[in-house]
Amino acid sequence: MKWLIEFFTSTLGRKLLMALTGLFLILFLAVHLAGNLQLLKHDEGRAFNVYAEFMSTNPVIQLISKGNFFFILLHAGVSLGLTIHNRKARGLQGYAVSGKSSIWSSRNMGILGTVILVFIVIHLKDFWAQMHWGGIPTVSYDGKEYRDLSALVAVWFDKGWYVALYCFCMTAIGFHLWHGFISAFQTLGLNHPKYNPLIHFVGKAFAIVVPALFAWIPLAMYFKI
Amino acid sequence: MKITLKVWRQKSKDTKGEFKTYQHDHVSSDMSFLEMMDVLNTELIKKGEDPIHFDHDCREGICGMCSMYINGQPHGPLQTTTCQLHMRSFKDGETITVEPWRAQAFPVIRDLVVDRTAFDRIQQVGGYISVNTGGVPDANSIPIAKKIADEAFDAAACIGCGACVAACKNASAMLFVSAKVSQFALLPQGHAERKERVEKMVNQMDAEGFGSCTNTSACEAECPKGISVANIARMNREYFSAMISSYEVKVGGGE
Repeated sequence: MKWLIEFFTSTLGRKLLMALTGLFLILFLAVHLAGNLQLLKHDEGRAFNVYAEFMSTNPVIQLISKGNFFFILLHAGVSLGLTIHNRKARGLQGYAVSGKSSIWSSRNMGILGTVILVFIVIHLKDFWAQMHWGGIPTVSYDGKEYRDLSALVAVWFDKGWYVALYCFCMTAIGFHLWHGFISAFQTLGLNHPKYNPLIHFVGKAFAIVVPALFAWIPLAMYFKI
Repeated sequence: MKITLKVWRQKSKDTKGEFKTYQHDHVSSDMSFLEMMDVLNTELIKKGEDPIHFDHDCREGICGMCSMYINGQPHGPLQTTTCQLHMRSFKDGETITVEPWRAQAFPVIRDLVVDRTAFDRIQQVGGYISVNTGGVPDANSIPIAKKIADEAFDAAACIGCGACVAACKNASAMLFVSAKVSQFALLPQGHAERKERVEKMVNQMDAEGFGSCTNTSACEAECPKGISVANIARMNREYFSAMISSYEVKVGGGE
């Protein structure tokens, strides 16, 4: 057991945790997006409501969701620990002149991550908590009752400032992914000249397309497209 | 050429340092950066002042001793060692800021000289192979693919100057350690102690207080020997597989 503790307290072991939880959260983003895109259907939110009902009641999904919360906290917690460790390693005396030989997002993952964490809290309060504990009005399809989450989404996405905040947070997620996706593979040791171009292409495409589609939904709802 | 130098001056490890500005009017564009420092030091000695202390040895770009952080970059604006940097890389009248490597594991000893023995201690726990040499083996008795040999050689080109640590925002030594791990992991001679080596070296690296890698690749961009971050991925693979499959060896940093 000692070796296992040594493994996960070493810098490399903690980086492994960052990479694995990060990749899980990337998968989660893809699934979440697939669900959200149903809001773009012009069916008064029926498809989305049926999907949301399934996601909030299915026991398997509920178990994965618990894991998801745990991984978000683990990702944030381990990164906080590593950041403190890294600050200490750098020392008190900084450089007077500091070069920029790396991309901006790679140097500011902590700030981007903090923005995302704050967003997640707001997001959970406004939607997830309402779905679980708030009195959401119900709607009936084919004689079965469903909570009308799409109506709640429509209320929020009718506020200009909320849409702007949402889009800002999606930009932060985009920059976080721009470095994070590729970085996770590098940390796992998956660096190979044959597959690097694919990892880089998918990573960068994912970092642009996924947040852009997430942001497109409130914009489309706000501007009634 | 005339230049203004802003140099970090610090009497000893425990005293507080500060920048001092020097006007340097006798600079030829053909001088190396270290030669320029020599001329400045000669002037300082003539004036009865304390010369600026800095590390240097071979002045051929192969020993890894020179270590100045020039205008925000380790070894200055070119991807070389400081000794191979020439004054033609700077403009006439330019102000050049010279600082020591900054890292908790590399304490400043004096002026621009830092203590890099942390690297030696990492090497001492596993950066070698133990074999009984015996008789001289026939050439090519151990076949090694050319590409693998080249890869190992590229990793072995690391001179341990510490520019990777200086460039890294986390003061991580992973490029250095991964180069040292890779040069042996790639070759059959290194396989006997492969797992033990990576475990010990990574543990020593952590014990020395170096930071963790966040894959910014600043180290690769600044490394005078062009060591690739692909080595860091290799070290990660080596470490993960060693940790989950090795026989329990006594790991943990040395004294």
